[in-house]
Amino acid sequence: MKKSVFFGTVTAAALMASGAMAAEGDTLKEVKARGVLNCGVNTGLVGFAAPDANGNWSGFDVAFCKAVAAAVLGDQTKVKFVPTTGQTRFTALSSGEVDLLARNSTWTFQRDTDLKLDFIGVNYYDGQGFMVRKDLGVSSAKELEGATICIQTGTTTELNLADYFKANNMTYQPVNIDSNAEGEQQYMAGACDAYTTDASGLAATRAAFADPENHIILPEIISKEPLGPAVRHGDNNWGDINRWVLYALIAAEEYGVTSANIEELAKSSQNPEVQRLLGTTDNLGGMIGLDADWAKRAIAANGNYGEIFAATIGEQTPIGLARGLNAQWTQGGLMYAMPFR
Amino acid sequence: MSETDAQTTLFVRDTMLPPQPAPDKVSGPLLWLRENMFSGPLNILLTLLGLSIVWLVVSTIGPWLMHSVWNANGMAECRQIIAERYGPDASGACFALIRERWNQFVFGFYPPALYWRPVMAFTLLFFALAPILFMDSRKARWTVLALASVLGFLCAQLLGADGQTLIVITVAIVLWILVIEYGRSKALLLSLAYPFIGMWLLWGGSLWVEIMILAGFALAFLAFRLTQPMLGLIALAVAAAVIGVWWYFLADPAANALEQVIPLGLGKVPSSQFGGFVLSITIGVAGIAMSLPLGILLALARRSDLPIIKMLAVIFIEFIRGVPLIALLFVASLLLNYFLPPKVEFDIILRVVIMVTLFASAYMAEVIRGGLAALPRGQYEAADALGLDYWKAQRLIVLPQALKISIPGIVSTFIGMFKDTTLVTFVGLYDPLKAMSDTVRATFAWKGAYWEPYIFVGSIFFILCFGMSRYSMYLERRLKRENR
Amino acid sequence: MVQYPGANSPPFKLSMLIYDRRYRSLTIQAVVFILVMLVAAWLINNTIENLARLGKTFSFEFLFRRAGYDIPQQLIPYTSDDTNLRAAIVGLLNTLQVTIFGCITATIVGVMVGVLRLSPNWLISRLMTVYVEVFRNIPLLLWILVVLAIFTEVMPQPNAYRGENPQAHMLLFDTIAPTNRYTAVPSILMSNDPGVIPLGREGLNWAVVWFAGGLVLAWIAHRFLKNWAQRVQDQTGRRPTTWWITALMFIAPPLLLSWYFGLHLDRPVLKGFNFTGGAKLDNAFVVLWIALTLYTGAFIAEIVRGGILSVSKGQSEAAFALGLRPGRTMSLVVLPQALRVIVPPLISQYLNLMKNSSLAIAVGFMDLRGTLGGTTLNQTGREMECMILMMGIYLLLSLIISGGMNVFNNRVKLKER
Repeated sequence: MKKSVFFGTVTAAALMASGAMAAEGDTLKEVKARGVLNCGVNTGLVGFAAPDANGNWSGFDVAFCKAVAAAVLGDQTKVKFVPTTGQTRFTALSSGEVDLLARNSTWTFQRDTDLKLDFIGVNYYDGQGFMVRKDLGVSSAKELEGATICIQTGTTTELNLADYFKANNMTYQPVNIDSNAEGEQQYMAGACDAYTTDASGLAATRAAFADPENHIILPEIISKEPLGPAVRHGDNNWGDINRWVLYALIAAEEYGVTSANIEELAKSSQNPEVQRLLGTTDNLGGMIGLDADWAKRAIAANGNYGEIFAATIGEQTPIGLARGLNAQWTQGGLMYAMPFR
Repeated sequence: MSETDAQTTLFVRDTMLPPQPAPDKVSGPLLWLRENMFSGPLNILLTLLGLSIVWLVVSTIGPWLMHSVWNANGMAECRQIIAERYGPDASGACFALIRERWNQFVFGFYPPALYWRPVMAFTLLFFALAPILFMDSRKARWTVLALASVLGFLCAQLLGADGQTLIVITVAIVLWILVIEYGRSKALLLSLAYPFIGMWLLWGGSLWVEIMILAGFALAFLAFRLTQPMLGLIALAVAAAVIGVWWYFLADPAANALEQVIPLGLGKVPSSQFGGFVLSITIGVAGIAMSLPLGILLALARRSDLPIIKMLAVIFIEFIRGVPLIALLFVASLLLNYFLPPKVEFDIILRVVIMVTLFASAYMAEVIRGGLAALPRGQYEAADALGLDYWKAQRLIVLPQALKISIPGIVSTFIGMFKDTTLVTFVGLYDPLKAMSDTVRATFAWKGAYWEPYIFVGSIFFILCFGMSRYSMYLERRLKRENR
Repeated sequence: MVQYPGANSPPFKLSMLIYDRRYRSLTIQAVVFILVMLVAAWLINNTIENLARLGKTFSFEFLFRRAGYDIPQQLIPYTSDDTNLRAAIVGLLNTLQVTIFGCITATIVGVMVGVLRLSPNWLISRLMTVYVEVFRNIPLLLWILVVLAIFTEVMPQPNAYRGENPQAHMLLFDTIAPTNRYTAVPSILMSNDPGVIPLGREGLNWAVVWFAGGLVLAWIAHRFLKNWAQRVQDQTGRRPTTWWITALMFIAPPLLLSWYFGLHLDRPVLKGFNFTGGAKLDNAFVVLWIALTLYTGAFIAEIVRGGILSVSKGQSEAAFALGLRPGRTMSLVVLPQALRVIVPPLISQYLNLMKNSSLAIAVGFMDLRGTLGGTTLNQTGREMECMILMMGIYLLLSLIISGGMNVFNNRVKLKER
């Protein structure tokens, strides 16, 4: 008798749950109803996403979250930043805790398919590099045979490192570390010969040293690390919105639209592409469920891609990254926005 | 014998000799030294060993602490000041870091204008505990209450609560003290309501939500009372249905309507702004407060005669106790959202509190089970002899005594859990120990400060935990005395 | 409830399910069971719904895929080409290793400190009190981070041991060299290696088999000897002295085998910038081990102190009155009684240590959580499967430890007749 009761309740519960599953995969509606964008970011990587003493977040990834919030909700402050660790980031996204994950995550095949994420584009082209002390006398990663190498666990860098040394038939001793802060500490104290992570991170780390001139970043970039924001698989409209916010920021730089001149250009620009981008003609926003001014607000929030780059991680900041691959395609870089048409 | 002596001896001394100090070898510090530190070869060896350990610690840490700098804007400036003052090779602590960032260590990212709210929540915690912990000794109770209210009030004022708030705080404090002094049972009710008051102070929002949640309990109780004469045990089901219907359908609209009529709101503070010791204490206290009722139920279930209920309790307790807290925290952050219906969203602090509560309830159940087992068998038999049914016997006879015996154990469970709250750093929350230190260290000014944050956070943990453990030892001693 | 056959029981009515005590307990159990099952079914159902919504499947197939990452400390051969399953086993072995090492050293520290805390020496007992209180009242995570900071910041680099006038000196007669990268310790080598028995990719050295065999034989012989001694004592009233035969039986074969295999210590020697020879312990392991030892040691010290204090003074006085020497008093009278008090909380400390070893996450030590619940979970995105498997293994370990220790506890328990 108990058994049949049990199965009966199982069916009842199943029916109840399926009734509650009406609105499926409509992240945009959810975000609008909530009035806040939940954005997953790094727990603290200066330049990309880090809270200051008052808990105000700033950085390259943070600026993207703010641009999306400005486009979707009309207010760039309507973002709740959810700090995620390397361990918890993808689950936070797939379980619905965050609507958007902007946490310098590498776009890989497996993550895009098996982990059910959708990378919406690349906002920073990176690659894994090595930093060593100058007095070690090493000038190439090929000379790192037998070296002790500090590496952050739970990242793609861990796999790349294993692959690289295997491919070059070299051995190494990994020193696993938990966070970037700890990695810096261990490397500074000489607990490892080399510190490996994304080249951007190495530059940021080196810039913060008291003696940056005593450390060199080796020329080899052993992997491609296209870092990009990701959304859940399955909600294509939400993916489109985020993708085109990113393209809007990139395109704005291409066409010289900055946060300073955006109002003026919206009124006076004769460039049809700029007109479409800023919603003066052709209501593009309507096609993705937003209003005509969406891109204007996104760009006005923190400036175009170039401005964000310069303000958070560019050469004028302590992190001092050159544009390199991340320059516009017209400048010899890879940043290429799809046409707004 | 003395009489015969007095009569037979020729000389009787009629004045006492002035007492002489004992010779140096059998008294004074020298003797103490010899007896306590140099009484044998083994002891001498141990003493020398101990002295060398002390010397080692003092000589390595001493100069570093002596050279500490309390006023600087960054590590570089700190090092410069130390080099100027104590020579180029000197190393010193840079406690300027703590001085500049201590707010962040204590309050996390809580809005600075609202710092008084966590302070008040912490102050009122002592008021809520007073009727439970400090009722037996008036001196202790008054000291605790006076200290808590004065310090809480001063802190609230210094942290910038406005005049109106201060008046409300004062009135609330005075009223609560009066209730504690003159109506113990009512004070206990207030203590039961404390979690909701604390929640309201910390997260803000409308107080009506909390009141409506409490009203659910009241309604359920009422429904139980009204229907019990007719339905007996089924009344429990009725009460459960009432509470469910109330919470699910009516509580929210009612709270909204009442908020429209009489606004009782505080500015909302989202969970993402919690950090530092506010986070640790919130998780710790919430975990213990919620795990206590759960733990009691589990303990009763494990001692129950009903085999299925006993088995379920054993499975739950042993499962939780066999798995590390980190694994449960990862469950909170990775899996809990899968277990809930698709559209339900819990923020991470709530999920962590749920897991910590489950974790603590298993340990709590074992502590309380110990208390139940320690109760003399006669008490159970006496309750049976009086004809009390199971729940009446538990409520009136067994639990009050068993819980009292368990208090030291509960306090130690709390200490352990409070220390374990530092582990929330691994699911991306800003605990004071690792995440906060890393955040502070990630800024360019404070790069390279390893020891100072650890020392600061460690000392605060030590003070809190040591204080609590001393208190629980005092309770234990008192209980022993009483039971003799 | 005794049912008398003669008593005419009233016919069953539905209301008796609630009002009759005989049936009420059944009703309650059934209701609770159904409720619990309902909740479980609800949770499982939600999970299935959610997984389906995300297009995720539930399968353990990922365990047999290539892991792709390296593990610094491994007890069995492992490369990045091995499967996730093997990585998980390496992690599990690392967990076990740090747990076993930690339990042994924590017990040693705990017993020493617990005894010293009761010593009449004022200075030492105060020092020990300070140690116990400081370590018990500060989170373990802090101790792990502090020990880690000591190792990275204070320990010398390997090349500090170099040169005529090195900045650092090796410890314990030049056998152990802690550096900020690894801790070089001596390893055992054989000059007359008997070879290994191949077992898949691992091998079991013949020498281990020989040593194990020697010990087992010695133990069997010891049992025989004891029985013989007992018989002699029963017959003649005098017990022959056997301790030296026992000692010989246990010591001689290992010595002989050591000599035969040419067993010797291979000390780490600095060659160039790094140590060669000996074994290099991963510092993450050493840090975790030390921190766990010190932290758990403080708790064990309290347990030991409590246990010794629980034996009333009259017991040792009575033993003295019977003419037992202090050593025998301790081993025959005080210790057995103290153990009765010590063992149960000690078991829970061992369990705590095992569970706390998962804090390896703070130092990047690849234990079970670091491999199965860490990198594997992260790279494959199988959080449900990984977490279930990981918690199951931890649970199993706990049950095994507590089961084993309970057997021991039952042996030392006071036999109440």
